[in-house]
Amino acid sequence: MFGEDDIDLVSLFKENLQFVGGKVLEINDHQNIEACIADVYPFVKNRWSNVEGVGSLNINAEEIVDAHDLKDIDLVVIKGEFGVAENAAIWIPSSTLPYRVLPFITQHLLIVLDKSDLVLNMHSAYRKIDIYSASGFGVFISGPSKTADIEQSLVIGAHGSRSLLVVLR
Amino acid sequence: MNHSQLAAQFIKDDARTDWHDKALWFVRYKRDLQTKKVPEWEDLRKLASQIKANVLSNLDNYLVQFEENAIKNGIHVHWARDAHEHNEIILKILTDRNVRKMVKSKSMLTEECHLNPYLIKNGIEVIDTDLGERIIQLRNETPSHIVLPAIHLKKEDVGETFHKFLGSEKGASDPNYLTEVARGHLREQFLTADAALTGVNFAIAETGGFVVCTNEGNADLGVHLAPVHIASMGLEKIIPRQIDLGVFLRLLARSATGQPITTYSSHFLKPEKDNEIHIVIVDNSRSEQLGREDFRKSLYCIRCGACMNTCPVYRRSGGHSYSYTVPGPIGSILAPGIDLKKHASMAFASTLCGSCTDVCPVKIDIHHQLYKWRQIIAKEGKISFSKRTMMKLMGYFFSRPKLYRFAGSMVRKVIPVAPRFMLYNKMNAWGKERELPQAPKKSFREWYKSENKASNNEQ
Repeated sequence: MFGEDDIDLVSLFKENLQFVGGKVLEINDHQNIEACIADVYPFVKNRWSNVEGVGSLNINAEEIVDAHDLKDIDLVVIKGEFGVAENAAIWIPSSTLPYRVLPFITQHLLIVLDKSDLVLNMHSAYRKIDIYSASGFGVFISGPSKTADIEQSLVIGAHGSRSLLVVLR
Repeated sequence: MNHSQLAAQFIKDDARTDWHDKALWFVRYKRDLQTKKVPEWEDLRKLASQIKANVLSNLDNYLVQFEENAIKNGIHVHWARDAHEHNEIILKILTDRNVRKMVKSKSMLTEECHLNPYLIKNGIEVIDTDLGERIIQLRNETPSHIVLPAIHLKKEDVGETFHKFLGSEKGASDPNYLTEVARGHLREQFLTADAALTGVNFAIAETGGFVVCTNEGNADLGVHLAPVHIASMGLEKIIPRQIDLGVFLRLLARSATGQPITTYSSHFLKPEKDNEIHIVIVDNSRSEQLGREDFRKSLYCIRCGACMNTCPVYRRSGGHSYSYTVPGPIGSILAPGIDLKKHASMAFASTLCGSCTDVCPVKIDIHHQLYKWRQIIAKEGKISFSKRTMMKLMGYFFSRPKLYRFAGSMVRKVIPVAPRFMLYNKMNAWGKERELPQAPKKSFREWYKSENKASNNEQ
């Protein structure tokens, strides 16, 4: 519905990601993500990742018994299921997350997304989502958290992540 | 006090009124930029309107279907006939679990039900976590806009409030600094809350799930940390199928704030591990509105606030000039159904320009409904004596063409020569802020007749 051919989904996605306050890093298949992001987050002490090729850092899985134990995480690296070009929203189902709070409690968020996993708009997006998902929760994330509640001044970084970097490959 | 009295106070501060007007118009402007990027925007509006019409025609079935599916997924479903029942149900959920502190994300329904004071009276600490809502909670005010609750405040006001209650620097007004202060303060609250409450943007009958749309991340930080998630929902928030979300999520944020989508669109289907999700479905006179053929379309509302941002009266009078929790154009067609006498002035806070109807993403005929409410309010005698008398007087003149013409010609003779005090006084409310138009020498009718005669003579 409301589809169109000949739209450069990658360009549109990047344009909208920038509009909503996110940043993008394009890499090709054989580049190592961990190496590429090494200088993006010099201050990160601990990092949680579910992406192949990017390890977690200073996280002792045994010490985390409850979502509250994640409160000091600096960076969360997750794989996005698919992205929507018209609004830069990325679908994150909870099936890949041991705790639903992970993408929200972290100071910084990095989502790895494959270019081949881009769709044009929300109509296409909903056709891809498994309605009766076993995981029971999913979220579209578009950009970093933000607010304009103080005299309409846009502030990037409200209560959720202060930044969002999308690694597009 | 009615709307015009409160508005008169509001506009006393000329500069501040201008600032408020421009701030809201800017949101309308951002909305327009986004909608122009969507070539099928009008088709989306039409679709959304039709989906909502289908929902209202089958509301009972969809609600039952929703409940069945939600329960299957492990969600507890509660039904509240009115505000009081809603509050009682929530209090019981909390006290049964020894909840002492509850964090809340934005829910206009809970404002409508006055949940906060009820819970606080019963010993529960309630922390509003949406930044705008937290600011007004600390100031003991009510939201002045359904999406931008603190739009009436300047950054200096926020700085003052945070200095007083959160210990931030005196005189600070930088939004980045103030937001950082709120971030630290509220993060503590999320981590120590025993329960979290959210609203519901859309509930899906097909799956029993629901969606919460936010920008700040406060709703999710609340519900994914606390063991109990309570979701308050008006019964008109139901939509039929998951695929319908595509239509509404394309319309909502673009209409509300000029964003292509909110930062987070959280889809809840089942509780996490051993946590609980409770959904409280509220009527509170919505089914009564459903029974009103002229006004039931007001239940299509997805609470985007676009009508407020565009309304010239709302922009220049502010949300606190309206007597109902939901102000502006949509509030003015919902409120009279709830309390005709108390909210009688709201439907008159309008020029009937129709801009609200133009921007409504679900095509509610707002200005038509405003007009229809006026008929009812007038019939019930709930308009002021002077307005009633003036309307009767005008009716008398307008229904007697010869008398009307005579009065018109007298007025045209008097205006150019009468002393100012005669024309501009208490009787001329229109002339309070405006100059009367220049009186033409002839009425249109006189001019037309003489022109006609002249051209006939030429023939």
